[in-house]
Amino acid sequence: MTISLTVNGSSHAIDADPATPLLYVLRDDLGLNGAKYGCGLGQCGSCTVVVDGEAVLSCMVPIMLLEGREVTTVEGLGTIDEPGPLQQAFIELQAAQCGYCIPGMMMSAHALLRRKAQPSEEEIREALTTNLCRCGTHMRILAAIRRAGELMRAASLPGPDEGRTG
Amino acid sequence: MSILQEEVTRRGVIAGTGALVVSFSLARAFAQDLPPATPLTPPVTLPGSLDDERFLDSWIRIDADNSITVFTGKAELGQGIRTALLQVAAEELDVKPEDIVLVTADTGRTPNEGFTAGSQSMQNSGTAIRNAAAQVRALLLSEAAKRFAVAPAELKSENRTVLAKDGRSLTYGELVSELMLHVEAQPQSTLKDPGALRVMGKSLPRVDIPAKVTGGQAYVHDLRLDGMLHARVVLPPSPAAELSEVDASAAEAMPGVVSVVRDGNFLAVVAEKEFQTVNAMRTLAATARWQERESLPDQTDLPAELQRLEREVGTVAEAGVLSSGDNQFEATFMRPYQIHGSIGPSCAVAQMKADGSLDVWSHTQGVYPDRAAIAEMLAMPEEKVHVIHMEGSGCYGHNGADDAAADAALIATKVPGRPIRVQWMREQEHSWEPYGPAMLMKVNASLDRAGRIASWAYDVWSNTHSTRPGGAGALLAARHKSQPFQPKPPELNITPSGNGDRNANPLYAIANKRVLWHFLPDMPLRVSALRALGAYANVFAIESTIDELALMAAVDPVEFRLHHMEDPRARAVIELAAERFGWNGPQMPKNRGRGFGFARYKNLAAYLAVAMEVEVERETGRVRVVRAVSAIDSGEIVNPDGIRNQTEGGILQSISWTLYEAVAFDRTRITSTDWSSYPILRFASVPDSVEVHIIERPGEPFLGTGEAAQGPAAAAVANGIRNAIGKRLYDLPFTRDRVRSAVGHA
Repeated sequence: MTISLTVNGSSHAIDADPATPLLYVLRDDLGLNGAKYGCGLGQCGSCTVVVDGEAVLSCMVPIMLLEGREVTTVEGLGTIDEPGPLQQAFIELQAAQCGYCIPGMMMSAHALLRRKAQPSEEEIREALTTNLCRCGTHMRILAAIRRAGELMRAASLPGPDEGRTG
Repeated sequence: MSILQEEVTRRGVIAGTGALVVSFSLARAFAQDLPPATPLTPPVTLPGSLDDERFLDSWIRIDADNSITVFTGKAELGQGIRTALLQVAAEELDVKPEDIVLVTADTGRTPNEGFTAGSQSMQNSGTAIRNAAAQVRALLLSEAAKRFAVAPAELKSENRTVLAKDGRSLTYGELVSELMLHVEAQPQSTLKDPGALRVMGKSLPRVDIPAKVTGGQAYVHDLRLDGMLHARVVLPPSPAAELSEVDASAAEAMPGVVSVVRDGNFLAVVAEKEFQTVNAMRTLAATARWQERESLPDQTDLPAELQRLEREVGTVAEAGVLSSGDNQFEATFMRPYQIHGSIGPSCAVAQMKADGSLDVWSHTQGVYPDRAAIAEMLAMPEEKVHVIHMEGSGCYGHNGADDAAADAALIATKVPGRPIRVQWMREQEHSWEPYGPAMLMKVNASLDRAGRIASWAYDVWSNTHSTRPGGAGALLAARHKSQPFQPKPPELNITPSGNGDRNANPLYAIANKRVLWHFLPDMPLRVSALRALGAYANVFAIESTIDELALMAAVDPVEFRLHHMEDPRARAVIELAAERFGWNGPQMPKNRGRGFGFARYKNLAAYLAVAMEVEVERETGRVRVVRAVSAIDSGEIVNPDGIRNQTEGGILQSISWTLYEAVAFDRTRITSTDWSSYPILRFASVPDSVEVHIIERPGEPFLGTGEAAQGPAAAAVANGIRNAIGKRLYDLPFTRDRVRSAVGHA
């Protein structure tokens, strides 16, 4: 059975069991590295992607629920040559050790910053409730998200009410 | 003696790996390619790992096209070693870091530097590369001097070129064609003066981070080879379980399934797509019948269980005569089994090729030892096995990396031709990775009338903290095969850097002391190296005791430490952490306390002190570290931000171990199988701020950084809680229940 998925603005016809969790399709069928397998149980957040503006655990969501919806992964935030503001901020503040959890952190932050351009410290921590980091990079992750908010506001991109996707 | 004074003779041209390497040899016996069977004199000691891999071109290659390749046997584990080693090489070669290609741990290409462990990569590999690079640059200058007929001092090197004052220049690539790098290194190098450093000592951004935040291929998990198949193992439900029967037919009939592999208790499934493999694994697991038996100790009585397992005692330190006095402190501390818990479960790719050779991509900490173990498991010659390091998720010691590599290798031999990618499931990583061992620590210390430590008796009960390969028996797949390999029997060894006894001997000036390691050879739970080994729990116990003794002496705990500390570098970190924290500031608000912890890692590596402000919610027992202020001296600094990043991480990870973490088990099975049954630190509980202050030690040897914070941070948490609630906690972790019962809210 073929399911049509829109990922980072591109449409893909996916030939897979409709019950397949999005994570496996992103990694296996589309060859995207950003979303990571961490637990497969919705407990660690390393597979987090954004679906229609909301942070979603891609290890838990079957692709059959995603037709017609807009999936964004960390690859959709920019490239290594032209990093987006979140990516710039994580690079600038060196907010990674092993880095395995980081794309999931960034996608949780992306959903938050789309919703609220200038979140409070509490709101940032709240948005990262599901995301686990084992290296202890937490302080830098928090700082990078604050910095990304600054970069986005400086570029006025995206404003709180702008429906920018990707 | 300088290499420049040696007569250089052309030896010949040999083919390098894909490049023409023109080699020379010094006219010295020990520098020849083929040393005499019986050397007349023992070889001189060379700096760092150069002592093991003595030729300069094992470390640095310069090609005619002016490209520079640097080789290290150490692996990037997320600790930033790739960046720091590039800085060291670039500094001494007088080039930019981006001019260098750095090749890390690969049995086909790099030196054998054993394991990337023990915070030793900068000491071993950093020192080797620094000295090799300095000697290569000296050779380049010498060669240029000869060609220009000027003195080497008249020349300068920059941008991969040697320049003469008159404007003549030759690139490194042009020079190297007439130069030898295939020579033994010299014991002495002319290193850059600390004042002349351009690249070292500065925070070069980590070279691996951009790919990691943009979805680049960064981990072995991301390796996708042509024709690659996915595999999953079905691991036994408990450590002693035996597979009695399995019906593979249902799994074999599932879509995409290529093969079900069984070899004794080793069970795996191979399929075309990853999620097909996961489904087939579940089906296969459901049909497997295991014979289980009780093999685990009683978790409710671990101190007694550990003492029962004691078979041997080693003396770690002994001085003076023990005594007992009026001012005596006696206590028993406990550390549970704890996991590495990398966020990404272990992963590997292996391919059995038509020529009978096997390639294995792994996030192992030791490509060479892993190769030896895999070759032994498969009864293959070592040279037929090629192990290539690729990054994994986290590391923190001996986790499931080598096991996943062995799984992939074993499956690859049964399904030859196509690459096989194995990834462990979360519950497999939690249940089967080797844990940091449980430890029991007993202290009996007393003060003299002047308030100084008069006597110190310390006993630690622990397994070994290293069961790395070393032999196929270290690999789960090899143990589960129908012709199983047995783990090597562990041995009690008392060494300067320590193991279960790491940091068991306090660095403080104590005239009368006795420190013993009660060694437990049997390992009912699989254990091995977890970041800092025994230092985490030993420093926790020692530094908790130091605080109690300070209280008895009615002396401020920082003052008390300084009274007993002679080492000036130790004093410097203690004083700096206290000062930056504002230790002598106003009293803490209600339900807040301050705690201090110090250690010199292994008593011979980095110095670290940390002060913390800790908040305790009496009603719930919840503890949160509000802020942590640390000071570290890890010798000469290569990348200050790298040191800060590692130290912040160490502090936070230690806070997590200390407040939340213990492996749970019944008599048969591990019951900590995921993040809900083994909780760790979450964002809601991270501190408001963590500071790392670095003491600069230009020109001093590298001391390593990665593990220095684990013990002191645990002690600072413990001492902070003691200060906040007036009660001491002795058993790790400091769960809400334990804290509540300590404050009388049981």
